Amino acid sequence: MSIMKLTATTAAIALTASTSFARDNVQIAGSSTVLPYASIVAEIFGENFDYPTPVVESGGSSAGLKRFCEGVGANTIDIANASRPIRESEIAVCADAGVTDIIEVRIGYDGIVFASDINGNSFEFTPVDWYKAIANEHFIDGALVANTFETWDQVNPDFPAQPIQAFIPGTKHGTREVFEEKVILAGCEDGGFFQAMLDAGVDEDTAEQKCMAIRTDGRSVDIDGDYTETLARIEADTNGIGVFGLSFYENNTDRLQVATMSGVVPTTESIAAGDYPVSRPLYFYIKAAHIDVIPGLKDFAEFFVSDDIAGPDGPLAEYGLVSDPELLDVQETVSGEIVMGSGS
Amino acid sequence: MTNSLLQSDARTKKRNAAEARFRAYGFSAICVAMFALVILLTSVLLNGVSSFQQTFVTLPIELVEERVDKQGNRDRAEMAKTTTIGYAPLLRDAFVAEIESLGIETELGARDLADMISKEAAATVRNRVLADPTLVGQTIEFDLLASGRIDAYFKGDVTMESAALDGNTSPEALMVAQALADAGIMETKFNWGFFTRPDASVQRPEAAGLGVAILGSIYMMLVVLFLALPIGVASSIYLEEFAPKNRITDIIEVNISNLAAVPSIVYGILGLAIFINFMEFNQSSPLVGGLVLTLMTLPTIIISTRAALKSVPPSIRDAALGVGASKMQSVFHHVLPLAAPGILTGTIIGLAQALGETAPLLLIGMVAFVREYPAAYTPEAGLFGEASTALPVQVFNWTQRSDPAFVERASGAIITLLVFLLIMNAVAIYLRRRFERRW
Repeated sequence: MSIMKLTATTAAIALTASTSFARDNVQIAGSSTVLPYASIVAEIFGENFDYPTPVVESGGSSAGLKRFCEGVGANTIDIANASRPIRESEIAVCADAGVTDIIEVRIGYDGIVFASDINGNSFEFTPVDWYKAIANEHFIDGALVANTFETWDQVNPDFPAQPIQAFIPGTKHGTREVFEEKVILAGCEDGGFFQAMLDAGVDEDTAEQKCMAIRTDGRSVDIDGDYTETLARIEADTNGIGVFGLSFYENNTDRLQVATMSGVVPTTESIAAGDYPVSRPLYFYIKAAHIDVIPGLKDFAEFFVSDDIAGPDGPLAEYGLVSDPELLDVQETVSGEIVMGSGS
Repeated sequence: MTNSLLQSDARTKKRNAAEARFRAYGFSAICVAMFALVILLTSVLLNGVSSFQQTFVTLPIELVEERVDKQGNRDRAEMAKTTTIGYAPLLRDAFVAEIESLGIETELGARDLADMISKEAAATVRNRVLADPTLVGQTIEFDLLASGRIDAYFKGDVTMESAALDGNTSPEALMVAQALADAGIMETKFNWGFFTRPDASVQRPEAAGLGVAILGSIYMMLVVLFLALPIGVASSIYLEEFAPKNRITDIIEVNISNLAAVPSIVYGILGLAIFINFMEFNQSSPLVGGLVLTLMTLPTIIISTRAALKSVPPSIRDAALGVGASKMQSVFHHVLPLAAPGILTGTIIGLAQALGETAPLLLIGMVAFVREYPAAYTPEAGLFGEASTALPVQVFNWTQRSDPAFVERASGAIITLLVFLLIMNAVAIYLRRRFERRW
């Protein structure tokens, strides 16, 4: 049975050989919003440096940070991408696992846009319109009543009589949080509904919760997949209006038209200037303990935030990232390896 | 009342009608299945066949010394400091000059024209120069990728109307592309790169290929073959030929059948906990992927091997034992060779199932952007320890990209995967036909 013996030995060798767990490439995981940017940088980094191209995984901000906080060592990731800042609770989990020194790097801003089928009606939204259209309940005359709006002209007489059909990011997306806060809650407050609730004696937390509750009667659909799924849903139902990242819209302008928000057209310029209201910063987090262990980690991080890449004329801006006006500070954070909570 | 055999009575008519109905049900069931298959295959083929073609630009480029080698001493390390960003103007100037020399008139600026060439092109030129520094100063002809939108125009996915609305291209650019194609500078030809190149980022869909994914899938299949086959065959031989029939073997038997029906994602969770967190193997490595798929395939192989062993008639064993062979000799000299075709068929079908599996790989980090070809062995990472992806994972990845050109690539990857599966199943059928013996 020499063949059997041979295979058994090879298997044993394979197992023992692999336990020497060194790694010569940078490993990254996290937000699917940051993924395209990270892969663009990884590609250019790989072709210009002698280090291997970093491996970039997707999976969502929370999943990425969870893996980031699993501990220190070559079998854990070096960088976590996130479309929201790390939470206190996550920092605590990290610290428990021995991940104490974390460098926070803000790479720029991402716009969240509302887009619909290219051949459909055009819209000029305000946050109040969105609140009215997809909030679960409205506060009318001192009581909460279920949202009964069926068409957009009921929301705002200026709109066409198109049925309300919204495709919004599901709760596992970091984008959902921003959407609820900067559109729905803002609309609730701008429209005076929030104040009315407070005046009626509702406490602040409950009022906020009620504001951000989204209707569940099918007029608003949660999309747990990626923007490609949202696009497919809009192509199937041309009355649909979807929530997208600015970069996704910019790469599909032949199929989508974008709506203005409070009178501002979303572009990298209007977001950088702060005119377009719905945007959020994007981050990645570096495990400082890995910097001297994993070859190329620091070079990659410095390359990522360099003017050539993350600057206003770099490839990231070309793809739809809004360049960080304070990029210089970010570059200093990376080159000085300034960890979070060190007072600066 | 007389009953003629020629005249069917009511009961016979009823029976005949029931039979006709049953046949119709069966036939329509087949029709529905065939229809679904045809729809699936046509949509995949219609979308995907074009990914096997790619548009290239043939361009003479002057490798200006001041740009490529600022020090002028042809030192590779110094030349490597010029990044692909530094090479971009070379390509742009060469392209603009080529368009002028052909007398093509356009209103587009140099920057818009440069966007017609893939961003990958600068890397192609740079790698060639770094590999052979003597090229500096010469004018070399390069075969470069055209950008994704231009490529899609020649494949009919981008039209003048859609380009007018598109932020990444314009009707003018398409007109220039058409003029270049007429002049023979731009050509759409078979795309070997689709099978050899690594994945590419969202900004260069034209450069994306299946190289890393195919390699990763092959490595994983090797791991599965070399682990699952011996373990599966050894355990089935033991269970079938040697083990006493008692409660414990019954429990084992039931559990194996159950394991075959466990959702594959469960094996991914197991793999993450055992192989990555506990045994500290590398994430995203084909070794871990192969081990997880081995666990998943084992029940399939054990069940089919046992069935193959059972189908060997007991008379063979009795004859062998009767002429004085030991139990082991009777198994290895007589039963196993006769059961081999069945075992191989089962193994190949198990491998084919493993090849198309995505879910467990999600959890062990193989759904990733990987551009480095994984080496089979490195001293640092061990055997099959370098990060890679796999074919089904690449399909999953590409369907999530924002650039529409990836739709075509994803379908192309599906076709490639289907061809691999078809080959494996054809081999299984051939082996069965060729070597199977009936008693």
